[in-house]
Amino acid sequence: MFVPHTEEQKKEMLRTIGVSKFDDLLAGLPPSLLRPNLGLPSSLSEMELLRHMEGLAQKDHLAQSYLGAGAYEHFIPTSVWALALRGEFATAYTPYQAEASQGTLQSIYEFQSLIGELFAMDVANASMYDGASAAAEACLLAAKHTERPVILIPETVHPQTRQVIETYLAHSGARIVILPCPDGVLSLETLKKNLGGDTAALLIQNPNFFGCLETNIHEAAAAVHAAGALVIASSYPVALGMISPPGEYGADIAVAEGQPLGLPLGYGGPYVGLFACKTELIRKMPSRIVGQTVDRDGKRAFVLTLQAREQHIRREKATSNICTNQALCALASTIHMSLLGKEGLRELADLNFQKAHYAAGELQKRGFSPVFQQPFFNEFTVRCPVSPEKIADRLAEKRVLAGLPLGPYFKDRADQLVVCVTEIKTKADIDEFAGLLEAACR
Amino acid sequence: MPLTQIPAVPGIVETLIFEKSVPGRKGVPLPALDVPRTAAAALPEKLRRKKPAAWPELSEPQVVRHFTRLSQLNFSIDTNFYPLGSCTMKHNPKVNDRVAMLPDFSALHPLRPHTLSQGILEILFELERWLCRICGMDAFTLQPSAGAQGELTGILVARAYHESRGQNRPLVLIPDSAHGTNPASVAVAGLTAVTIKSAADGQVDLGDLKAKLTDQVGLVMMTIPSTLGMFEPRIQEIAAMVHKAGALLYMDGANMNALVGLLRPGDIGVDILHLNLHKTFSTPHGGGGPGAGPVGVKKELEPFLPVPRVAKDAGVFRRKFDRAKTIGRVHGFQGNIGVLIRAYCYMRLQGAEGLLEISENAILAANYVRARLTPLFPKMPKNPCLHEVVVSGEGAYGPGVKTLDVAKRLLDYGFYAPTIYFPLIVPEAMMIEPTENESKETLDAFCATMEKIIEESKAQPDLVKNAPHTTPVRRLDEVKAAREPNLRYALR
Repeated sequence: MFVPHTEEQKKEMLRTIGVSKFDDLLAGLPPSLLRPNLGLPSSLSEMELLRHMEGLAQKDHLAQSYLGAGAYEHFIPTSVWALALRGEFATAYTPYQAEASQGTLQSIYEFQSLIGELFAMDVANASMYDGASAAAEACLLAAKHTERPVILIPETVHPQTRQVIETYLAHSGARIVILPCPDGVLSLETLKKNLGGDTAALLIQNPNFFGCLETNIHEAAAAVHAAGALVIASSYPVALGMISPPGEYGADIAVAEGQPLGLPLGYGGPYVGLFACKTELIRKMPSRIVGQTVDRDGKRAFVLTLQAREQHIRREKATSNICTNQALCALASTIHMSLLGKEGLRELADLNFQKAHYAAGELQKRGFSPVFQQPFFNEFTVRCPVSPEKIADRLAEKRVLAGLPLGPYFKDRADQLVVCVTEIKTKADIDEFAGLLEAACR
Repeated sequence: MPLTQIPAVPGIVETLIFEKSVPGRKGVPLPALDVPRTAAAALPEKLRRKKPAAWPELSEPQVVRHFTRLSQLNFSIDTNFYPLGSCTMKHNPKVNDRVAMLPDFSALHPLRPHTLSQGILEILFELERWLCRICGMDAFTLQPSAGAQGELTGILVARAYHESRGQNRPLVLIPDSAHGTNPASVAVAGLTAVTIKSAADGQVDLGDLKAKLTDQVGLVMMTIPSTLGMFEPRIQEIAAMVHKAGALLYMDGANMNALVGLLRPGDIGVDILHLNLHKTFSTPHGGGGPGAGPVGVKKELEPFLPVPRVAKDAGVFRRKFDRAKTIGRVHGFQGNIGVLIRAYCYMRLQGAEGLLEISENAILAANYVRARLTPLFPKMPKNPCLHEVVVSGEGAYGPGVKTLDVAKRLLDYGFYAPTIYFPLIVPEAMMIEPTENESKETLDAFCATMEKIIEESKAQPDLVKNAPHTTPVRRLDEVKAAREPNLRYALR
């Protein structure tokens, strides 16, 4: 199917090679171990494959979802993937031969520019695996740059991001200190108590895992800088159409899960890690970076640059081991951002904000009161009249996701549910959802 | 080369998206707000963004044309022969994209309860089983996003395994022909990479390996077949030595396309390996990702794999988190699922018999290219190679012409260049991997073109030294790019 050689051609090729049979090419491979019985089924035709896979997909069909917690359901214009999946983009390799890869290279330069602008940061790289590994690499960078060991992380940072950071930092000499946040946001008092001469960085997520906006973020950033440490800000890209971007409170490194910009939920990936920093950290930044230059005729052109940071040049002394990243996802995001434009991003943020606030009001009327007295963007935590896990189970029977019960993540929050409402929900959807929640408590 | 028309702006192939922007344009209409605005829904001034992100303002047709034209500036597998060694640029079946983008898969939230994700969990469970069978391993984690993250995962697993047995083994042995990611991943895992020399034939210097294989060594990382496209005939002997020394054998599976269906790494003594699904299992490279780097291990290492793991209890698929010895998570959720779905589709399309077709035809094609090019390269390896052939350009070209020049000249003829100057141990290296998908006609055309370029290098060396001539841009000033970094469009 994918192999073009006829039997006659294969014989001709073997003759050209100068061997009488194919196995003569396998000298050195242990003959007794060759061609084992794999115990696997035989091939499916494309038609059979589609029927099989569509059947599996159908098992997971869903009616509605109010689950966010790090992965968000946003509308993706049809042109995004129609363009990104063009073979010239999708089936190209990392742009090593720049003359034959200007399409990929220019799109990455545009991606870096758009992300720099989104975060209000100096420079961005070509992408990381996901938001969690971007945060982990940022922590490693901060520890190396400051030569200090402690990374402060409020408990409002996504628990799964914290787990990935733990894995990456396990043998780096750096360690994590978790800051308690009983009010749903980091308090200055808690921060100042933990800041010290050994603090490398504060990692702060805004909006945070409970949906709250970190109200003290400007003051917190100033305090961290006063202690000689770095600020690593993790954001939700869509929220930045409305709320202060990392550059406005002086973040040194900005990271994010880029999924909300044009990538489907897809059970967790492929997503795209966004990573930007201040100019003075460029040469310590992980992953690929594209720069503008000229060709020998003086024509504007783009090329992978500052490669002296990278593993294929520096090997064990590289700033990171990352090689292949998430280029095609970054491209889809670039197209999505270009379609949204300046005004579209602002409008999209407003739709999310308004609809979530309407939903919070409707839920409160039905006995789901807000847990935190903090401003929020499109996600909020409510206290449930009965066990949130029970509610979630009941709604799951109707193929509706109620949100994220917090019990499995925070033992003392077993009565709480985090609900997310994006632009794709209509007023009618929200009203129906509020009714379903109420009914599930009976 | 699908050359796009050169636009009216001199010195610019395609204007930047920002240069096409006109204030007030919109590419995507959003629905009107259908809920009442309330006083509660007001953001405190302090938290409000001061200056909007100055994203470009374009209509949808402008965006479509811009990215379509950009795409036409690329070489790709769909448009060109792409013999990039060690990268396995094989055909990427379109049906795999279609399946991965099915609406019910696209809508799958990663934190869904298992009751609402039985379809996807079955795919992940089955994919793990297929990979175990193909590689002769006992368990796989599908979580790592790419080969390098797979390496890091595998090294952390090995480290955790030794530590669980009360052993501190800080050294990792790596041949000098290895990919740069190997030592870089070792460093991230907090261990120390020690280089093993290659012998004259490009295989591991066994004496050097023996001398360095002390009780401080926890892991020996080998690329199998090697980056020279050669199988190490003493691999079982090496595996025995490694195990006797109390260390583990790690296989960098970047070159698995040579072995799939033909030989199971687990049968030759490999304890841990990573695969690159974007190489061997046909998922699109995407211009530099997303990939997937699953890691396979033998039974005694399974408890250390990242969580969550997918399990099947009484016909129901679940995600398991309760693993006391796990190294933790390496991905925010479960990995690059869309890539995993594509790889699973590819395996089902191939079936057991088709898997063997992959490696056999890849080996046949590489040796055919080797034979056809032998008269042109005095240093062409005489012995058969596996899926790729590495040749030194020394003595092959005209005066002053380098492998780099020949690679650039290939672009003029519509062929992407092979990997060049790698592995580092071969001077003027050119690493050619034709894959199983290229027709004999294409291979013949490529070899004829190489012959022509080598003739040109002798008759008109400047023509080759100044190549490429027909691509959208010519050779770039890389020094300027690095010395005066311009990494972002200057907005206003």
